Amino acid sequence: MQAERANLLKPKIAKALDKLSSKTVIKNTVYIVSIIIFFALILLPPILGIIIKWGSIEDVLNQPKLMSEALNAIAASFAVAFFVSFIDVVAGVPMAWMITRGKSKWLSVLDTLSDIPFIVPTATLGYSLLLFWSEPGGLSSLFGASFVSPGWLLVILLHFTFSFPVVVRVMVGALLDYKLEYEQAARTLGAAPLTADRTVTFPILKHSLIASFTLAFARSLSETGATMMVAGVFVHGPIFIKNHIGEAGPLVFVSAILIALSSLVFVTIRLLGPRLKMPVRKVWPVAERKLSSSTIASSRNGITLLIFFVIVLVPSLFVAVPAFEAIFTGVLPEALGGVGVWGDYWQSISLSYFVGIVVTLLNVVIGLPMAIIIARRKIGNGPSAVLDVLVNIPIIVPSVALGASLAIFWENFAFMPDILLLIFAHLSITYPYFIRSMSAAVERISMELEEAGRTLGAKPLGVFRTIIFPLTKYSMLSGAIMVFTRSVSETGATLVVSNLKTAPVLLAKYWVLPFMEDPLSAPVTRAEIGLGCGFLLALSFAILLVLRLATRGEKGH
Amino acid sequence: MPDVRLVNVTKRYGKIVAVDGVNVHIYDKEYFSLLGPSGCGKTTLLRLIAGLVQPDEGEVYIGDRLVNDVPPEDRDIGFVFQTFALFPHMNSWNNVTYGPRVKGFDMKKAETIGHEVLDMVRLHERLDAYPNELSGGMMQRIAVARALAAGSKLLLLDEPLGQLDAKVRNELRYEIRRMTKDLELTAIHVTHDQAEAMAISDRIAVIKKGKILQVGTPKELYMTPKSIFIAHFIGESNFLEGYVSNLSRRGATIELRGGIKVHVEVPKNMEKGDRAILAIRPETFVIEKGIKKNKNSIVGIVERITFEGTNIRYEIRLRNEDSVVVIRPSLVEEWLKVGEKVTMSFSPENTHIFAYPEAGLREELAVE
Repeated sequence: MQAERANLLKPKIAKALDKLSSKTVIKNTVYIVSIIIFFALILLPPILGIIIKWGSIEDVLNQPKLMSEALNAIAASFAVAFFVSFIDVVAGVPMAWMITRGKSKWLSVLDTLSDIPFIVPTATLGYSLLLFWSEPGGLSSLFGASFVSPGWLLVILLHFTFSFPVVVRVMVGALLDYKLEYEQAARTLGAAPLTADRTVTFPILKHSLIASFTLAFARSLSETGATMMVAGVFVHGPIFIKNHIGEAGPLVFVSAILIALSSLVFVTIRLLGPRLKMPVRKVWPVAERKLSSSTIASSRNGITLLIFFVIVLVPSLFVAVPAFEAIFTGVLPEALGGVGVWGDYWQSISLSYFVGIVVTLLNVVIGLPMAIIIARRKIGNGPSAVLDVLVNIPIIVPSVALGASLAIFWENFAFMPDILLLIFAHLSITYPYFIRSMSAAVERISMELEEAGRTLGAKPLGVFRTIIFPLTKYSMLSGAIMVFTRSVSETGATLVVSNLKTAPVLLAKYWVLPFMEDPLSAPVTRAEIGLGCGFLLALSFAILLVLRLATRGEKGH
Repeated sequence: MPDVRLVNVTKRYGKIVAVDGVNVHIYDKEYFSLLGPSGCGKTTLLRLIAGLVQPDEGEVYIGDRLVNDVPPEDRDIGFVFQTFALFPHMNSWNNVTYGPRVKGFDMKKAETIGHEVLDMVRLHERLDAYPNELSGGMMQRIAVARALAAGSKLLLLDEPLGQLDAKVRNELRYEIRRMTKDLELTAIHVTHDQAEAMAISDRIAVIKKGKILQVGTPKELYMTPKSIFIAHFIGESNFLEGYVSNLSRRGATIELRGGIKVHVEVPKNMEKGDRAILAIRPETFVIEKGIKKNKNSIVGIVERITFEGTNIRYEIRLRNEDSVVVIRPSLVEEWLKVGEKVTMSFSPENTHIFAYPEAGLREELAVE
C-alpha cells in the first residue's frame, strides 16, 4: 500500500519539480549557486591562503640556504615532470597505436592492463615499485644489490609508471575519434605509412598529444605520497612542502612559485600549442618507406610491449608478492581481525572511502549544473569559456601546494573540523575531473535532441531527466569513479591540510617510511605492508571492474 | 595503361558479404560508374581497387599488374573521398602539392604541377585558404585537384558530389568529366544517383547486394534492362503483374489481373502459364481521353496530377485497381483532369517482360 502511494507520489513530485525548473528565477538560481560554490569553496580559498600569509615569505628570503633548497626542489619538480611527460608520450603513443590499430583479439586485454597503474592507489604503487626495483625480493635479488636505489631515477620510474596510462588513455580516445580517411587520402597520394603518420595523422592529433603531455605533466608535478617512498634523499617541490609542514614561510614560498610556474607553463602550452608546427616537413620517400616496413613495425610493437610489461605493469603489481606471502604466514587472520596495527589500517580505509563517497556525491550535486553551464554556454560564450578554463586550474596546480594554501586559508576559521577541511581539499582536487567528464558528455549530445524534447512539451528538468541523464549516465558514472579513485589515492594535500590518517597517508607516512628508516623499530613488518597495499589493490581492482562493466553497458546502450 | 580488371573478387565483413564474386573490366580512358543503392558494396569495390581494403578472394589488376598485395601508395592512383578528406592543418596549396612532395618530386616540379591543377579547377585565388574557409564546391575542386596532382592516370571518385547542393552538383559533374577526358584518365566514379551516373558515364555497372547485375552504356541500361531491378533503378517503370496466357512464334499474350490482355514480343525463357511482370516506362504511353479500343491499351481514371516543370505526371487507377504512372511533356499537350477516363496505349517494342521474381516483386525492387 505504502509502495503504491510512493509510486503515485513520484510522478507528482517529478511533475512539480519539472514545473519549477521552467521558471527562469529557479533555473538561474541553481546556476548562480553552483558558480558561487565553485568560487567560494574551490577556486578562491587556495589563492587567498597564499595572499593571507604572503608576508611570511620573508622568512625564506632571509635564509639564503633555505631559499636555495626551495628553489632546487622546485627546479627538480619541473625537471622530473618535463622529462617524464616527454618519455611518457614517446612510449605511450606507440602503445595507443597498437591498441587501436592492431588486429589481435588480445588487444582489449592489453587495453585493460594499461589502465592498471592508473587505478592502483599511488601509495601502493610507490611501495610496489620500491619492492621491485630496490628491495630484496625484486630485481635486486637477481643483481645482488639494490638495483635502483631510492633517488631521482626511481622517482622518474615511478612518475613514468603512473602517468603512462594517462597518455595511453588520451591517445587511444584520440585515435579512435580520428577520421582514418585523412591517413588513407595520404596513402592514396603516394605517402608511405610513416610519412602519412608524420605529416598528416600526428599534426591533426596535435591537440591530443599536447593534452596527454599536459596531463602527464600535471600528474607528475602533483604526486607526493608515492614519491615520498621512493625519493630517498631526492627532494622535489611537494616533498619540500611536506618536510616543512607547520612553517608558513617555506609553505607559501614554494606553493606560490609552484602554482605560478605551473599556471604559466599551462597557459603557454594553451596559447602556443595550437601554433606549434610539427618539426620536420621535408619528406624522404625512400628512407621512410623502408622505415614503414612490417619488420620495423613489429620491432616497434615488441619494444613497446617490453617497456609496458617490464617498466609499467610488473612493477605496479609486484606488491602482490609480499601480499601473498602474508596470506600464508598468518598475517591475514590478524589483519582481518583488526588486531594491533590493523585496527588503525581499517579505520584509515574507512576514512578514505567515507571521504571518497562524500566528495563524489558533492561533486555530482554541485558539478552537474556547472558542467551544463560550460557545455551549453548558459551564461554566454565568453564567460562560459572563462569558467571552462578556471575549473581546470586545480588539475594543473600541484595538490600539495593546493593543500598547503587551503590549510592556511581555513585555519582562520577555528570552528572548521579537520574532516571538513579534508573534504574541501579533496573536492578542490577532484572537481575538474568530474566537470571535464560531464561537460564533454553533455557537449556530445546534439542541442537538437534537447530542442526536440522541449518542442514536445518537456520542461527543462524533464529534458534533463529523460534525455540528458539517460544519454550521459555512463559518463557520469565514469566521472564519479574517477573522482572517487583520485580522492582515495590522494596523499599530498591530505598530509598538509589535516592530521587525519587516510589509507595512503597511513601507508606512506606511518608504515613505509619508518620501515625504510629502520625495519626493526618500525611498527609493521614487510609482510604487513605488502598485505596493506594488497587490500588497497584488490579494492581498486573491484572499482576497475565496475568501470569496465559500466563501459560495457554504454556500448550495449 | 590503367585499365582495371576485377576477377572473382569477394570481400566479407564477418558474415556480411560486401562484394560477392565480382568480375568487371574497366577500359583505359573510360569514365566508368559504379551505381547502386546505399550499402550495396560499391564503395567497398572502389576501396578494393585503391588498396584501402584487401579482397578475401579474387584478383585485382591495374594495367597488367596484379595489385592484391600492393599498398595504396604504390598503386599510382588518385582518390577523391566523399567527405573530401582535405587535410585540415594544411592550406589549399599544401593539400594540392602533397602528392608530388611525398613522391619525392623536386620542389620546382611539384610547384609546376600544383599551379597546373589549380588552374584546371580555377581556384588559384584561394591558395592560402584552409579547408574550413572553403565552400563545399571549392573543397570538392581542391580534392579533385589534389588527386590529379599526384600524376596518376587512374582517378577513383567515391561519391564525390554527394555532399554538395543540387545546383553545384550538376555543374561540377560535367566539369569532372571534362577534366578526366582532357587528361585522358581512366575514372571510376561511385554514386547512388542514377541521374548523375547516366549524365557523365561512358559505361555503368549497376550493383545490388555485392553483385554486379548489369554493365552497359547509359542507353543500354535504360533501353534494355536485364532485370526488374535495373528497370526500376535506372529511370522509372510501371510494373504490371500477369501471366503468359498465349505463346506463339509471332508473340505472346499476357493476361493482367482483372482479365486485361496485352500483346507483347516473345519473352525469353518463359512458357505458357508462367507468371510475368510487364515493365513499361511512363513516358512511352500514348494517352487519350475517353475509352478507346486500341491494340495494347489499358483504361483507367486519372487519380492525381503533379506538375514537375518540364513534365506533367499522371497517376492513373486501372480497372483492376493497379496504379500506373504516365509522364507527358507539360507544355505541348492539353492537360488531363482528375477523375477523367483515359486510355493508355503502348507498343510491344517499348515493353520489357520478366519472369515473376521468386522472392516476390517487393523484395526484388527493394533498394535497401
